[in-house]
Amino acid sequence: MAWDRNQMAERAGRELQDGWYVNLGIGIPTLVSNYIPEGVEVTLQSENGMLGMGPFPTEDEIDPDLINAGKQTITELPQTAYFDSSQSFGMIRGGKIAMAILGAMEVADNGDLANWMIPGKLVKGMGGAMDLVAGVGRVVVIMDHANKHGDSKILKDCTLPLTGKGVVDRIITNLGVLDVVEGGLKIVELAEGVTEDELRAATVGTIV
Amino acid sequence: MNKVFDNATQALDGLLHDGMLIAAGGFGLCGIPELLLQGIKEAGTQDLTFVSNNAGVDDFGIGMLLQTRQVKKMMSSYVGENAEFMRQYLAGELELEFNPQGTLAERMRSAGCGIPGFYTRTGVGTVIAEGKEHKEFNGETYILEEGIFADLSIVKAWKADPTGNLVFRKTARNFNPPAAMCGKVCVVEVEEIVETGSLDPDGIHLPGIYVHRLIQGEHEKRIEQRTLREA
Repeated sequence: MAWDRNQMAERAGRELQDGWYVNLGIGIPTLVSNYIPEGVEVTLQSENGMLGMGPFPTEDEIDPDLINAGKQTITELPQTAYFDSSQSFGMIRGGKIAMAILGAMEVADNGDLANWMIPGKLVKGMGGAMDLVAGVGRVVVIMDHANKHGDSKILKDCTLPLTGKGVVDRIITNLGVLDVVEGGLKIVELAEGVTEDELRAATVGTIV
Repeated sequence: MNKVFDNATQALDGLLHDGMLIAAGGFGLCGIPELLLQGIKEAGTQDLTFVSNNAGVDDFGIGMLLQTRQVKKMMSSYVGENAEFMRQYLAGELELEFNPQGTLAERMRSAGCGIPGFYTRTGVGTVIAEGKEHKEFNGETYILEEGIFADLSIVKAWKADPTGNLVFRKTARNFNPPAAMCGKVCVVEVEEIVETGSLDPDGIHLPGIYVHRLIQGEHEKRIEQRTLREA
């Protein structure tokens, strides 16, 4: 037993605090917007120039001038504000965004993050990921614990080119929740039906 | 002085030369200067370097100019969704300089503000930092990034008055203001040129000082990822 994608997103939702401005990455992180806890008000940033991102549109609401950072059509909310890309990354770089929740290919036990390129494979670019991990208050990674070959994605050292060095604060996987602390990783929580021994056995990085 | 021209060809007349550096606004296909890109395609200018967050798709946006082999180099943060781009890049026919998205935007904005370089934490400890000056401020390491001074800016806005004051619409603003600011000459295409005095002076997103030439036209505004929720 372990968490599925929606349970991981629900767990990540509990990271959100009332009043926060938050940036959600593409993939599982996007699902987190379905699990904002009752009584918690968060404002979602889309780094192409929007605060207060609303849900996907209905057919009637589609507007080519209104997309998210994944280039998907979206909607606005009553509190929405728009701005240009330099101001958008000004608020990211300036530490105004409380938290980013991102996917990852690899995370090291010192908080190094790799999520933008695999050498020899098609390289599409880092987009805003390097700016986000360097700038926001807190970086939470949400990903499967193992890759499709069954190997741990949590390592002692990343093998892939880095997106940021020592930038990750917390990792949420299908097996549980880990924090990056002095000397390695600390187990914060185990997924339902997962034992500490199982989590340790599935992790290559140092758990203290 | 008249800034308003009839079409893209006239607005670009005398501004294009082979090997030039062009800054283009837009994010994905949202807010791209589609008429001016078409005008550059028709002019046939060669060996262009584009500063643009993305490279369009195969048959729209900058992708059109890749098909006609007019682009020598791209400076971008993300170039997915473009098969011809990847083919030319992997064949060694096209240069590519990846920039983190915020660094790219700030390199344009800062140049437009007369700032030739700035320090940022973005990219420290990654391949982006290789060969760049590192400097500590308050115990944190930053790298030096340089401003991008373009020969020409091409920009899409929603509305303009004849003096070039611009209003953008929703997320189609994106890279357009920083792109407008970093060029020696800036040409803008809009959906509507309105009478001077009809735009709220407090609601101008980019003042006309940055705008040299202006056209009005019909925009296709293609959607890249049509994503819906259940009604």
